[in-house]
Amino acid sequence: MTAQLHLNSINKRYNPGTDHEVHAVQDLDLEVERGEIVALLGSSGCGKTSTLRMIAGFEEVSAGEVSIDGRRIDRLAPAKRGVAMAFEGYSLYPPLSIRENIAFALKSEKLPQSDVDNRVEQIAALLEISDILDKRPNAISGGQQQRASLGRALIRRADLHVLDEPMGQLEPQLRAILRGRIKHYIKEHELTAILVTHDQTEANALADRIAVMEGGILQQFDTPENLKNRPANIFTGAFIGEPPMNLFSAVAGVSDDQVELRLSADTALRYPVTAFSEELRQRIQHDNGIMIGIRPHSVQLTEEGLPAEVFANQWLGDQTHIAARFAGASIVSVVHDLALPRPGDQINVSIAAADLHIFDTKSGDALSHGGNLA
Amino acid sequence: MDHTSFLERWFRRVALSIIVIFFMFPIFWIVLMSLQTNETILRSPPSMSFVPTFDNYLAILAGRLDSNVASMGINFVNNLMNSIILSVCSVAVALCLGVPAAYAFARHKFKGSEDIAFTLLSFRFAPPLLVLLPLTLYFQEIGLADTYLGLVWVYQLICLPLILWIVRGYFEDISPDIEYAYRIAGHSWFSTFRKIALPLAGPGIAAAGLLAFIFAWNNFIFALVLASADKQPVTVGALAFVTASGIQYGQIAAAIVLSIAPTLALALWAQKYLVEGLSLGAVKG
Repeated sequence: MTAQLHLNSINKRYNPGTDHEVHAVQDLDLEVERGEIVALLGSSGCGKTSTLRMIAGFEEVSAGEVSIDGRRIDRLAPAKRGVAMAFEGYSLYPPLSIRENIAFALKSEKLPQSDVDNRVEQIAALLEISDILDKRPNAISGGQQQRASLGRALIRRADLHVLDEPMGQLEPQLRAILRGRIKHYIKEHELTAILVTHDQTEANALADRIAVMEGGILQQFDTPENLKNRPANIFTGAFIGEPPMNLFSAVAGVSDDQVELRLSADTALRYPVTAFSEELRQRIQHDNGIMIGIRPHSVQLTEEGLPAEVFANQWLGDQTHIAARFAGASIVSVVHDLALPRPGDQINVSIAAADLHIFDTKSGDALSHGGNLA
Repeated sequence: MDHTSFLERWFRRVALSIIVIFFMFPIFWIVLMSLQTNETILRSPPSMSFVPTFDNYLAILAGRLDSNVASMGINFVNNLMNSIILSVCSVAVALCLGVPAAYAFARHKFKGSEDIAFTLLSFRFAPPLLVLLPLTLYFQEIGLADTYLGLVWVYQLICLPLILWIVRGYFEDISPDIEYAYRIAGHSWFSTFRKIALPLAGPGIAAAGLLAFIFAWNNFIFALVLASADKQPVTVGALAFVTASGIQYGQIAAAIVLSIAPTLALALWAQKYLVEGLSLGAVKG
């Protein structure tokens, strides 16, 4: 496979040389393979939209190179980049009908009118907007405008499809249906797509790989499975997953037969020495501070675990989130039944060594996942 | 509006009528005057009953100003033509220069762009006479005094800032993403300006152009100082009615009716744009 999009150490600085200088994107390297869907995931202001706009050509690249299909494009006009884009703000042309807005994107491809009509009908059916094709943008709802804008981008056969928050305005049910259809459409037509979102469900469902960004810096670029099971640092560990990962600072002590992770004066997790690789045991001892992370789904309620006191119990319709005071902080556990303990109750929690994520406190980088070096 | 009571509706109508009568009265009175002779105008007490006459209009269109003592030629029709030439050309030039400039100021912020935009606006602050006296000397030196070109150039002091600032607000109201969407579909910067930005800002451009036309039409001082008799617009030409043998009220009134007719017609035709353009552009600016 060849890289369809290649970002080579790109940077974005706003207001350079002034007091208001913002380094929005810092030395970002990213490769998107042909036919791949990549999501840029992060909270507001993390640099994901700046990155997208640099690819599309609406922001200048302060430093670095952008190539699409082996062709350097960062100095080209947007029209010459071979990029199709769906805008967060829809940006439909007000005087044109939805049909014209969508067909308009095909103008430069110079297709016969019957082909244009077919493709418009096809994409409209996919996005459930066939019934509003002859309306004007200001006569339809925000969600419909967003789908029209998405249709305008997807109908093209561009080298790269760029989607900015493509489903932010849609109702949850529709969003779930369209996610599947859009992914299928992109794969079927062998398109390459990069999308920006702050919704991790959307990123997980649509993308083959996810780039997690924070503060203008790429934190981790990996498959959804690896982001969940092998977070590269504390940030991705805490950012990915719902509810978020439980994090505790700990001090490690290793004796001949067991490893002790002390969370507070009266709470420590103990594991047989064989649960940790030799190298890891040495690493965590040399470190004077480590953070341990446990996914709420891995916190088990058992008879013989460590004691914790429940202070909240939320039933979400298909699972229960139990929050309890534990080791001077709080721990959240997810249980798949309509459960059980009420606030004030005593529970016992146990955490398997295989479910531990250990991070270096100082650098934030992951040391191990489930007892093996990261 | 369904919830307003009968009384409220009537009160609103009466109030609006009073306002209209108050503001339209001078114009109405001038129209009446233009249809009377100097004698019926000046009789005391004034009366609304008279035999309408079109003599004033005929005199003005024929260019003969007759008074009880003498008869003299005036060139009112020529003045009217001058007004049209000057206003239309000034607005056309100001639109050609101002609309692209407004787009640049709205879309491409660069170092000092705010300062330049403000400097252009500040032309409207300067007392005209302060500018005119040195300008007269320069214009005489370079041969622009008493030419249409020179006058249209000076009229840019009135038209250009107005168009620039109103249209700029309109361009800023258009989401840049609409233009980006057009550009990424394979269109150049210039065709985006022509096909997307210009049509969307159309009402604002029309309003700004109309307003600039009215301001240019009503201008007095620039033409008074810089133009000789054959280049003078109606505003200056009207001075000719103050003669040694008295003031020709009837003919002045007819001249006024003729001179406000074009702007009034324009304003009525484009009323909707004018209100929309002014409120939208001004608030945003």
